[in-house]
This record gives sequence, structure tokens and C-alpha cells, in this order.
Amino acid sequence: MTEVGVADVVIIGAGVVGTAIARTLAGYELSCVLVEAAADVGTGTTKANTAILHTGFDTVPGSLESRLLRRGSGLLHDYARRAGIPVERTGALVIAWSDEQEAALPGIEDKARRNGCTDVRRVAAADLYRAEPQLGPGARGAVEIPGESIICPWTTPLAYATEAVRAGVRLRLRTRVTGVRTDAGDHGAGDHGAGEHPAGEHQVATTRGVLRCRWLVNAAGLESDHVDAMLGGGGFTIAPRRGELIVFDKLARPLLRSILLPVPTARTKGVLVAPTVYGNVLLGPTAEDVADRADTATTPAGLAALLGAGGQILPGLAAEEVTAAYAGLRAATEHRDYQIRVDERRRYACVAGIRSTGLSASLGIAEHVVGQLGEAGLPLRERETAGPPEMPYIGQAGVRPYQDAVRIAADPEYGVIVCHCERVTRGEIRDALDSPLPPADLDGLRRRTRVLNGRCQGFYCAAAVSGLFAAGKPA
Amino acid sequence: MKVDVLIAGAGPAGLAAAVELRRAGAGRVLLVDREAAAGGVPRHCLHTGYGLRDLHRLLDGPAYARRYVAAAAAAGAEVRAGSTVTGWTGMHAVTMTSAQGVETVEAAAVLLATGCRERPRTARLIPGDRPPGVMTTGELQQRVYLGGQRLPGRALIVGAEHVSFSALVTLAHAGAEVVALVTEQAKQQSYPAFAAAAGLRWHAPVWTSTTVRRVVGRDRLTGVEVAATGGGAARFVPCDTLVFTGDWIPDHELARLAGLAIDPGTRGPAVDTALETSVPLVFAAGNLVHAAETADVAALGGRHAARHIAAALGGSRPADAARVAIEVLPPLGWICPNVITVTAAPAGRGQAGRGQAAPPAMPPRGRFVLRCGAFRRLARVEVRQDGRLLARSRPSSLVPNRPVRLAGGWVSQVDPGGGPVQVAVADGGGPATPAGRMEP
Repeated sequence: MTEVGVADVVIIGAGVVGTAIARTLAGYELSCVLVEAAADVGTGTTKANTAILHTGFDTVPGSLESRLLRRGSGLLHDYARRAGIPVERTGALVIAWSDEQEAALPGIEDKARRNGCTDVRRVAAADLYRAEPQLGPGARGAVEIPGESIICPWTTPLAYATEAVRAGVRLRLRTRVTGVRTDAGDHGAGDHGAGEHPAGEHQVATTRGVLRCRWLVNAAGLESDHVDAMLGGGGFTIAPRRGELIVFDKLARPLLRSILLPVPTARTKGVLVAPTVYGNVLLGPTAEDVADRADTATTPAGLAALLGAGGQILPGLAAEEVTAAYAGLRAATEHRDYQIRVDERRRYACVAGIRSTGLSASLGIAEHVVGQLGEAGLPLRERETAGPPEMPYIGQAGVRPYQDAVRIAADPEYGVIVCHCERVTRGEIRDALDSPLPPADLDGLRRRTRVLNGRCQGFYCAAAVSGLFAAGKPA
Repeated sequence: MKVDVLIAGAGPAGLAAAVELRRAGAGRVLLVDREAAAGGVPRHCLHTGYGLRDLHRLLDGPAYARRYVAAAAAAGAEVRAGSTVTGWTGMHAVTMTSAQGVETVEAAAVLLATGCRERPRTARLIPGDRPPGVMTTGELQQRVYLGGQRLPGRALIVGAEHVSFSALVTLAHAGAEVVALVTEQAKQQSYPAFAAAAGLRWHAPVWTSTTVRRVVGRDRLTGVEVAATGGGAARFVPCDTLVFTGDWIPDHELARLAGLAIDPGTRGPAVDTALETSVPLVFAAGNLVHAAETADVAALGGRHAARHIAAALGGSRPADAARVAIEVLPPLGWICPNVITVTAAPAGRGQAGRGQAAPPAMPPRGRFVLRCGAFRRLARVEVRQDGRLLARSRPSSLVPNRPVRLAGGWVSQVDPGGGPVQVAVADGGGPATPAGRMEP
């Protein structure tokens, strides 16, 4: 299949960054195509992380990451409220467990203030144990960051992509980019000032045909250096960093109130314990450099290290059941800061090295990149759009369909619970299958509804859910 | 809605309790189940062997479930499937969701009979990739028997106890070739006849002292790495389906949410010999309190709880009752019931003429059920309180994942003012050794 006509922009990669850029571009009079190698949006680094909506308190002051994270976090809090993305402002505690770490706390506090987090405060040990009575022994004190929040990492890219698709962005899933050829500017460059730009039209070869476009955005995450090389880049190399995480049973949720962070080292932010918006407790991540960009396996050493660390932070975790263990890959590079460049001459934006803050910063990154594209010559004429879509609510803090008497009275399918651990109803499964971005597989259905994500992992409902999926799957 | 007794869970225990409660004249009995149909796990167990101890006949799982559902309805209990108890609004009041909406149910007494499940791969922390094709026996049975699914290719079973051999039959029925059953124990833990039949009929060997180290396969399962338990080189075993069997955990969410005391061994609510939990008039029965026993044992437990519920609702309750915990020492894993309630010295008021404390109730079927984590030949189980020997069983062989029974005649000897009752394995049936110094 070859797309007819020339798009204004092709965005490569439908992770949280690519979808954010797509929905931001959808606010302008532009034709855009969003291409994704996987069968769904948000299946790479986006789906497997700590699901924290950061304030940016611990970023390098003055860095691009600091600026975009701060801006993006504010935008996302607002967007989440409008789109129904689950967010809980739990706050975080950076906890010192040794003299050395205690000595680092003033620096953390100072850095946070320089990053614009003016509401941080020191917490003495006694107050810390009052706030978190289940904390293991030996904590010396902490810095509290009230703005740190938890968010649903699955609904977020789905909301962005849904908004983009509704506004006319063409989403091409299962479409892997295999090469890019850029014509010289003297022919076929369309009506956007061919004379001023040496580069002409990009021909993006994919596993599903050739896409033609005037501007190209590389938001390919773990593959962003490969895509960059197709455009003659080479300023960075992706060095995937694997993070293993353990999800504890919802019955562990009362063990903590806020996100419990360690004092970071130069290499990693360390192992944290955090609530999730689904009502579970998350422990992780490890940080291990791996060569394979698809190796999201968990390891005996990784899981053992996590259990050891978790047992010290919250001893009560040891008695609770584990619901899931998984691993994600952060798209780290040899650079500390984001690798965002807009090349006016080549009509190309590279948005890479969004190591571990992409979810929080996504809307800030999108705003920044689109602004830069505009300065580089992409015509940005605003247009009316419907705004954020109303997403199905899959959080734990608000009212879910099974709890909503009015909703069940209007449609009894919301009273038929299929997945008992996560209390997902047949109505929600039906809605997901009928949505503008239906799931391609059971994992996609999990990310849209929470189905099969609970403590039984399918003991009770996998057969029934598989049946509903097969019956309702879009052709 | 107001009822006399609310039963959460319409499996064998809940259904048998509903029947018994109605026979005892307990008034309005509401039995709810979150599944689309009442009957519990037997609904998807097509093999025979059900009903031996409770109905005195042999049935397959679905027939057994149907029989109990019909009996409960005939006895006048209200059976509501497709209704989930989602939380508590009081000590004996719950919220419930169904297609009819969100309701509150207030009851005079509550029986929790929410059953148990197998620990899935994730809860066992088996590392590796996370492909589809990895499941529990419960999921396997529903896929094959309720969904008609075929599972061609090679399958590996983790576990070698009764349920593991049941999974073997199900896999064979679905067209799978079972490579082996893998157990970390030194021997299989089912009946020798089962293991022999597995070898003869399906050529499925049992690999003992073997651990699954890693799951391999990104988009679909390609196999697992196994190694000798405790160390050694791993080897790759190709397979297309991986079934985790046994390793039961009670479905104790409602019990935990109610704040009931939880027994550290069974991980279900701590229950006394009447199957009453730490909250008066909240009872628990079935595999919630002993994960997992056979359906008939669960049903008889439900029946037992029902008699005590009916008595409690009908008469007065002793004013002062002491709950004495029963602890087990390794290699014993758990005991059920795990509390002895002893009514203390006679209350001056109330029932006249009671000169001494009423003896504790006998446990269901007159015996306690235990689990042992290691093989022991001709071992005796001893019961002590504060060093005082209360009972010693006859020698019997202890097998992991198989029931160990202990007659309950000693319950009347428990001192309400004493320390916890300790149950341990005595070596070789020799002279008594002090409690707490049993060989692990």
C-alpha cells in the first residue's frame, strides 16, 4: 500500500511522545500520519515504567529536560482532568537511610527549589514515621515533594492518539519504517517554499508501502538512533536500560500513602515503592544496561534485588502476594539531557533520549517540538478541534462503572463483572472493542480496561475474556 | 435488602451451607456468586470423584454442582449468580453489584465461602519473558471444558499433586502432548496409581527435584529452562503451553477487607472449630479456610458452619469466650480450624445451672486438617499447650500437598487461660519431646 498524496508531517513512533506530538499537530491545518511498528500505541517504553507523573524536582536545573518536564507536567495534570486519565497526587518522600544520604537531603531540597518546586520541605524521622507508619526501621529523615503524582501510563497515549485520530491524523499500526529517502528540493517539494529549503519530499519506506511527506518527526524511542541514521544523523546511540518492576496485590495498598523514593545516585534514581492508580503497590525499577532492544525479560537477580530492597523500605510487603512482574527498557543515550533537534534544512525533527521522564514531559515535549517546527517553516494555522476525548476511567480512586448505580440502571452491562480481581464489566470490554482505537490483542484489552491484570492472572476469567475478545474483535 | 444469612460464594461450601441453613429454619438465606453460574470450581472439572463423603455417591463435577444448586433452590435459599460482593458497609452489611444495580445487603450472620485459586506464574516470581500460553489449571479447564479450546503442541505441567494429574487429563483432552510434570519435591505427591497411569497412558514422566528457572518466548511461548532444585545447570525444554498447578491461596479479599484475623498458615481467616472468624457472626468455610481440600470436604465444612450459624441465631451466645490460637511447627504448614473458642467460667447471669464452661465445638467431621511441607514416614502428630501433651496421633505417612487428618477429641482439654496450642510432628513416634524443639 502506498499512501496517495503527500502528507505534511509523518511522525515515526506512537509511544507517549509520538502520540503527544500527533495530537498537538492535530490542532493545526496539517495532514499528518502517525506510523508505529507495533500493533498498538504505547507498547514500548511507554507501557512499562513506574507510572509516576514527575514534577521534575530532581532534574538538572537549566536543562531542556527540567524545562519541558515542568511545563509538560502542568499540561498533563490539566489534560488528564479533562480526558479522565487517572491521576492521584500522592506526593513523594525522598528518604535517607544513612548518614551519607541524610547529608544529601539539603542538596536535594535546594535542587528541587531551583527546578521550581517551591513547596518541598524537610521531614524529620519522627514525622516521617507518623506519615508512613509501615516504613522499615532506620530512616533518618526525608524531603517531601507534595506535587509528585501517579498516573495511568496506558490511558495517556490512548487519549492522545484518540484525540489525534478524531482530528484527522492517520494512524498506521504494524508499520515499521525501513528507510527514508529525501528528494532534492528542486522537485516535488509541494507548496511550502521549496526554494527556501534544500530538502524536498521525504519518501518513507515502510513494511506497508511508501509514505510521502514534507516533514518528518522521529519519535521512535528505542529505535530513534536507527531512524536518525536513515536521515544521516549519528549524534547519539541508544543504550537500552532495563528496569524490572514488581507489582504487589491491592491488599498491600494500605501499607503506604505516598511515593517512597531513595536518595538518587549518579547512575540511577534507585528502587522506589509507589502506589499505582489501579490500587496496587509498585516496587522498582532495577537499572541494567542491555544490548538487546527487545529484551524485556525479568531475571532471577533483578527480582531478588527488588524483593531485598522492598523488604527494607516496607517490611510488610514480604507478607503480600505478588500480582505481576515485568520489565521495561528506557531509551537512554550517552547524553544526560534529551536529544531534541529540529533540522530546518532537512525538514526533520529528532525527538530522542527521553530516558525516563517521557510520560510526564510528553505534552511539554510536543509543544516544544511543534513550536520549533513552526520556526523552521512548518506552517502552523490553528484550527478548531474537539479537544481531549473522554476516556474510560480505569483508576481506583474514582468511581468505576461497577460502582455506578445510575450507569448500571441505564445499561446493565456495566453491572456484569467479568474480571473479578479488577472488577471489569462486560460493558467496559464492549466499549473498548468498539472504541476508535480498538485493541489488537488481549494485552491491548488489558491496557484499556485492566482486564486480566489482577491477582488471579486469568484463573477465573481468562477463558471468558478471550471469548468476548474473539467475538467482539474488529474485523 | 435485609436477610438472615448472607453467603458469599456459591461453590460446594456455600451451597451446602445454604441447604443446611434452610433445613435448620434459618429464615431468609441469600447465596450470591460472582460467576455467571452458581456451582463453583466443580462446574469445570469434568472428571468423576465428586460427592463421595457428602452425598454418598460418585458424580462428575458439573453434575455435582447442578445437584447442589438444585438442592439449594429447593430448600428455599435465594441463589443469585452474577452478583459480586464488592465491599463492607458494616460488620454484617455489604455492597453488591449485579446487572440489577448496586445494592446493600444487611444480614444477621455472614458466611464467607469464597474459595481459593492457584498461584499464577507471576505470584511465584518465575523470571523470563511474558508470552501467552502460560496458565493455571483453573484457566486451562475453563478454556478446554467451558470454551472448547484445543491446545495442540507440547505442554509442561508445573506440580505433581492431584490437581497436576487433573491438568494432565485436561491437556490430553485438548490435544496437547504433555512433556512432563515438574516438581521441586523429591517425589510426586498424588496417588501412585495416578502417576503410574500418567506414565503408561500418556507417557508423561514426573521430573522430581526440578525447578522451572525461566520462561522463554517473546511473542509466543517456546519453552522453559529447568534445573535441579537447589542449583545445577539449566536445560531448555521446548513447550507451547505451560500450566502452573496447585500452590493454593485462599481468595481472602473480603476477609481481609473486613479486618478479620488472618491465620498465617492457611492465609484464610482464622476460624474456630465452629468455623466462626474473629468477628462474631461472621463465619468462613470451604477452601477459603483450607486451600485446597476436595469439594466434599468443603461442602461438609459449609454444612458444619451452617449448623453453628443456625444455633447462634436461634439462641443466646456465651458472654465470655476465649479464643486460643493453634500454631503449627515446621514442617507442618497449616492447620484448620486454627482457633479453639472456650467459654470461660460461668457467667453469673444468663443460662442458669451452668456450673462449668461448655466444651468447645468439635471441628467439621470431628477432625482437623493439616498440611505438611515435607515427606515423613510413619510420623506422629502431637498437640501441646504450654508443654502439656493434649494428643498424639497414630503413626501415618505425611505427604506434601496431601491432607493430614488429626482427630479432634482433645479440644475439651484446652485451657482458656493458657498459651497457644502447638501442633508438631514427633519423630518416629518415640517419647514426647518438648514442644518447639521438633526437628524441622
